[in-house]
Amino acid sequence: MKKEVIKFLIFALLLLVFPFFAKGGYLLNVLVFVGIHTILAIGLNLLLGFAGQISLGQAAFFGLGAYLSGILTGTYAVNPWLALIAAALIVGIIAFVIGFPILKLKGHYLAMATLGMGIIAYIVFNEAVDLTGGPSGLSGIPNLSLGAITFDSDLKNYFLIWTFTLATMLVSLNIGNSRIGRALRAIHDSEVAARVMGVNARLLKVQIFSLSALLSAVAGSLYAHTMTFISPASFGFNFSIELLTMVVIGGLGSIYGSFLGAALLTVLPELLRAFQDYDIIIYGLLLILMTMFMPGGLVCGLPAVCGALFPKRKERGKGSA
Amino acid sequence: MQFFEQLTQYLLSGLSTGAIYALIGFGFAIIYNTTGIINFAQGEFVMLGGMTTVYLISSLKIPLALAVLMAIPLVTVCGAIFERLAIRPLRKPSPLNLVIITIGGSILIRGLVMLFWGKDTHSMPSFSGSEPLNLAGATILPQHIWIFAVTLLIIIGNKIFFSCSITGKAMRACACNRTAASLVGIDVRRMVLLSFVISSAMGSMAGIIIAPLTMTSYDVGIMLGLKGFCAAIIGGMSSGIGTVFGGLLLGILESLGAGLISSGYKDAIAFIILLLILFIRPQGLFRKAETERV
Repeated sequence: MKKEVIKFLIFALLLLVFPFFAKGGYLLNVLVFVGIHTILAIGLNLLLGFAGQISLGQAAFFGLGAYLSGILTGTYAVNPWLALIAAALIVGIIAFVIGFPILKLKGHYLAMATLGMGIIAYIVFNEAVDLTGGPSGLSGIPNLSLGAITFDSDLKNYFLIWTFTLATMLVSLNIGNSRIGRALRAIHDSEVAARVMGVNARLLKVQIFSLSALLSAVAGSLYAHTMTFISPASFGFNFSIELLTMVVIGGLGSIYGSFLGAALLTVLPELLRAFQDYDIIIYGLLLILMTMFMPGGLVCGLPAVCGALFPKRKERGKGSA
Repeated sequence: MQFFEQLTQYLLSGLSTGAIYALIGFGFAIIYNTTGIINFAQGEFVMLGGMTTVYLISSLKIPLALAVLMAIPLVTVCGAIFERLAIRPLRKPSPLNLVIITIGGSILIRGLVMLFWGKDTHSMPSFSGSEPLNLAGATILPQHIWIFAVTLLIIIGNKIFFSCSITGKAMRACACNRTAASLVGIDVRRMVLLSFVISSAMGSMAGIIIAPLTMTSYDVGIMLGLKGFCAAIIGGMSSGIGTVFGGLLLGILESLGAGLISSGYKDAIAFIILLLILFIRPQGLFRKAETERV
């Protein structure tokens, strides 16, 4: 347990100190997005990596959170913090209600149902022009502010977002190590066996689905207030796939893996600016290759690769492992 | 009377799009029945059919009929390659891995098409001209008749293949029980390849016959694939009448919804139907509920 705490503290410290070494706002801007994507990826990971429930519609909750927050603050001048809480709660409740029928499905059917859900949300974002501004998007969303500080620069947003991200990581790490985490993994392995052992699988699946949606909505709200402009294009099927790729690459069931995956897939398009259109091909390739050769994700794969490249010398007297 | 004519129009166009959805749904059903895999890339084969034909016509100046006849085998080869490279080497075929790989494959195919053939929307000439005909007050294009005819032929062909030919029966055997099938001497891996070949061939045909009506571009695959899947689900993943019915029902409901309620939400209607079916009766309208082995 102690090791976990130290690991997390080091991680948090590194993040805290990083901006003072970063030259210029661009890198910080990228890291703001890494933070938002990490929250999303962790949300999906809880659902997919721990509980084994496939969801291809996370972008829907992300978008819902963003639009709810944006509409409440932009059109109705609600306090941004209240809007964030409201958006998170509303989306969480919606997910809880939808969760019961949706999570009766398994495997491919669940994937398709969540995919359909995501597309319905995307269509609504596009068509409900009076509310959402339609394809042209919603602008004029105010920044969050705390007392005298308005979060409108890259540096301030960096600290804002990463506070939330670190909190999310902490909560998720704790869930993972707790009774709930073990129950989720049991459901993943065999739902019937878990139920036989007394796990209320149906309720727990819906609860984790709801939590995942809530986290996505929080990320959406933060996204809206950081960007001050949102449009449906960011919340489509492509983004759900991007999230899936992040989680798969990072490693299912690993919270730090979600960070890795999110970081890689946020930074990669920036590095490949010149190849902007090719990113979709690379995601497809990455998905296929990772699933075939590194199903555990980078978190398992990198140490394995390092171990293969630099085999430890066997000590004399000890048998082969 | 105006309303009645409108209704007929909606029904007719709904039936023709429904026929396409049924064809795509067949593709899903055949692969699922033989392998237990839902091939998320099915929609991309439909897209490839249309796009390949357009490419052959516009860049290589090949006449329409020949282009169609060349496009189908080309896409079928793509389907076979996809099965070989992406599906067969899979070491841990859990549903999650399969979903991810087929999604990855569909993205890859879409990306490559976008890379080589651009993002533009292309049109394809109709098979026998664009003179509309009049049927019970509704306008119908010759292409609609082509769609009905081709779909009918494919359905009949399918039925004959799966009931009367030895290979067809072998594929059905794999669907029932893979181990038992291989015990009686059926090469299951070859049947898997064959199922992908048949599905991609049918998918490409579906894409070709609808392209003159709806134009084609690199991203039509997602929607078509999903709606074809919806058709297959309604039909209970059957390789027969169930999927046809599912496709037609979906097409008609979508068309009526677009006409009577709102055209912007047309796609949403299809997915709401999908969700309702999945929630209420996931085994489709025609099958008894399945029990799950633990």
